[in-house]
Amino acid sequence: MVELATNIFDAPGSEPATAALKAESRHLNFHYGAFHALKDISLPVHDHSITALIGPSGCGKSTFLRCFNRMHDLYPGNRYQGEIVLYPDNVDILAPSVDPIEVRMRISMVFQKPNPFPKSIFENVAYGLKVRGITQRDLVETKVEQALRGAALWNEVKDRLNELAGNLSGGQQQRLCIARALAIDPELILFDEPTSALDPIATASIEELMLELKEQVAILIVTHNMQQAARVSDHTAFLYMGEVIEFNDTKKLFTMPDKKQTEDYITGRFG
Amino acid sequence: MTKPMTTDVNATNRPAAGHRLVRRRGRQLRERFIEGLLFLAAASSVAITFAIVAILVSESLPLFKEVSLLDFLTDRQWTPLFDDAHFGIMTLIAGTATTTAVALLVAIPLGTVIAIYLSEFASHRLRETVKPILELLGAVPTVVFGYFALLVVTPLLQKIYPDLPGFNMLSAGLVMGVMIIPYVSSVSEDAMRAVPMHLREGSYAMGATRLQTAIRVVMPAAFSGLAAAYILGISRAVGETMIVAIAAGMQPNFTLNPLEPAATISAFIVQVCLGDLPHDSLGYKTIFAAGLTLMLFTLVFNILGYWLRKRFREIY
Repeated sequence: MVELATNIFDAPGSEPATAALKAESRHLNFHYGAFHALKDISLPVHDHSITALIGPSGCGKSTFLRCFNRMHDLYPGNRYQGEIVLYPDNVDILAPSVDPIEVRMRISMVFQKPNPFPKSIFENVAYGLKVRGITQRDLVETKVEQALRGAALWNEVKDRLNELAGNLSGGQQQRLCIARALAIDPELILFDEPTSALDPIATASIEELMLELKEQVAILIVTHNMQQAARVSDHTAFLYMGEVIEFNDTKKLFTMPDKKQTEDYITGRFG
Repeated sequence: MTKPMTTDVNATNRPAAGHRLVRRRGRQLRERFIEGLLFLAAASSVAITFAIVAILVSESLPLFKEVSLLDFLTDRQWTPLFDDAHFGIMTLIAGTATTTAVALLVAIPLGTVIAIYLSEFASHRLRETVKPILELLGAVPTVVFGYFALLVVTPLLQKIYPDLPGFNMLSAGLVMGVMIIPYVSSVSEDAMRAVPMHLREGSYAMGATRLQTAIRVVMPAAFSGLAAAYILGISRAVGETMIVAIAAGMQPNFTLNPLEPAATISAFIVQVCLGDLPHDSLGYKTIFAAGLTLMLFTLVFNILGYWLRKRFREIY
C-alpha cells in the first residue's frame, strides 16, 4: 500500500487536473483497543473537490473519516498512529499537541442520521458560532442566513426560524445539519453516509448541494452507494479490511479500475 | 376464492379438526382466572387510592361545617387544639413551602451538577462506583437525618449565626435537601444518559467542549427527564415528615423565614396523631383536612410532572 501511495504523489500526471491538497493521511494506522481497524492508509484529500470512500461494511471507511476531526478521541481505548496533515498549515492534526476542538472548528461533519439539536432551527445553525463565543446578534443572523441559503434551506424555513428543528422532514433536517456545518466556514466537510436515511428526492437535493459546496470547500464523503460516489465525487478510494485497495480518479476507478478487487466490488461480485 | 361456493368445497375437503386443535375448556378457564387475578391486583391499587381520597374528604367535611373554607384558607393562625381555635392552613403551608424551598435550593443544583458529572465526565468505572454509594444516601432512615439536623447541623449553623433558635427550618431544609440529592441526581443522570450519542457527537463535531455539550445539547434533550427528577424531589420534600418534625420544631408559625421554627403540614399531622385526642373532636378532624391539603399538593406536582414529560418528550 505504501507503494500505491507513493505512486499517487510521485506521478501527478496520472491525476485529474485539480487544485492543491487540503489534507493528506500518511501511513495512518488506527486501533480500537486490540482491533487494528485501519492499516497504513495514505490518501490525499484535494481542495475544492469531492473525495469518496467506498467499500463494504466494516472496511474502515467511517473510521477513517472520523480520524479527520478526531472523533475517536471521545472514546477510551482508541489509538492513532501516523499522520493526517492539514494544509496550508502543514500540521499533523493527530499530534497530541493539537487541540481536537481547534481541529473541529475548521473541519466540520455531517452524520449518517440527521441529528439536529433539540433547539429551534435558528439556534441549531447558530450553535457553532455560539460555542465559539460569537454573540453579536446581527453577525449571527447574517451567518445563519448565509448558511441556510448555502444549504438550500432558507426559502423553506425563513418564516419559521424559531420552530423546533425536529419538526422538519428528514431531508430538511439533513440540510439543516449541513447548514450547521457550513455556518462556521469550514475548510473541509466530512460526510458520513449523509443520504442513507433519506428518500431519493432528498438524496438528489443533498448531492446537488455537495456539488455546489465543493466550489468553496473540500469534501470527504463516505458512501455505501456506489452510484452516488460515481455521480458526485472527483476521486474515489476503495477500502477493504482496513486497507486502501485503490485510489483513483472517480471516472477511471468506475470504468477501468487498476485492481481486480475493485472491479469485483464495483460490479457487485463481492461485498 | 371469489365465490363462496369454492370456500364451501374447500371446507368439506378439509380433514376434521384433530384432537389437538380443539379448544380446551380447562385452559380457557385457567386463562380467565389468571386474567381476573391480574386485573384485581391492578384494580386494588387504584381502589386504595380512591378510598384514601374518599376518607380524607369525608372525614374533613365535618370540619368545614364549623370552619368556613374562607377562614381555612385566609386565617393566619393555626391553633386547632386551643380554646381560641384558629384554622388557617396557610400557616402550615408556609412552613412546608419554606422547608421545601430550602431543600430544593440544595438538592436541585447539587443533584444536577452530580448528574452532569456522572453522565458526561466520569469514566465508566467511577460512575459505577459512585452511583451506588450516592444512592445509599437515600437509604439512610429519615429519623437519623432528623437528629443529624437537630444535633449536628443546627449547632454548626449557630456558630455562624448565634441567634439561630434550636429548632429552625433552615437546618431541617438543608438536611432534607441532602436526603433528596440522590433522587434528583439518579433520575437526572438516567435521563441524560438516555440522550443518544449521535446528538453529543453532533455537538462535539461543531467544536463544542464537554461542558458546552452537556449544558447546551444534552440537558435540553433530557429536559423531560430532568423535570421529572425535580418534580420527584419536590414531592419528596413536600411530604417529608420526620426531619421537619424533629428539627424544625412543631409550633405553627406563619412565616417564610427559614431562620425561625415552624410546623409543616406533615409535622402537624404527626403531632396530632401522637397526642390523645378524642376521635370525634374538631382537632382530630383537622388532620384529615391537613392530609387532604398535602395530597392535593403532591397531586398537582405529579400532574405537572406528567404534563412536562409529555410536552417536552424528545423522540429520538
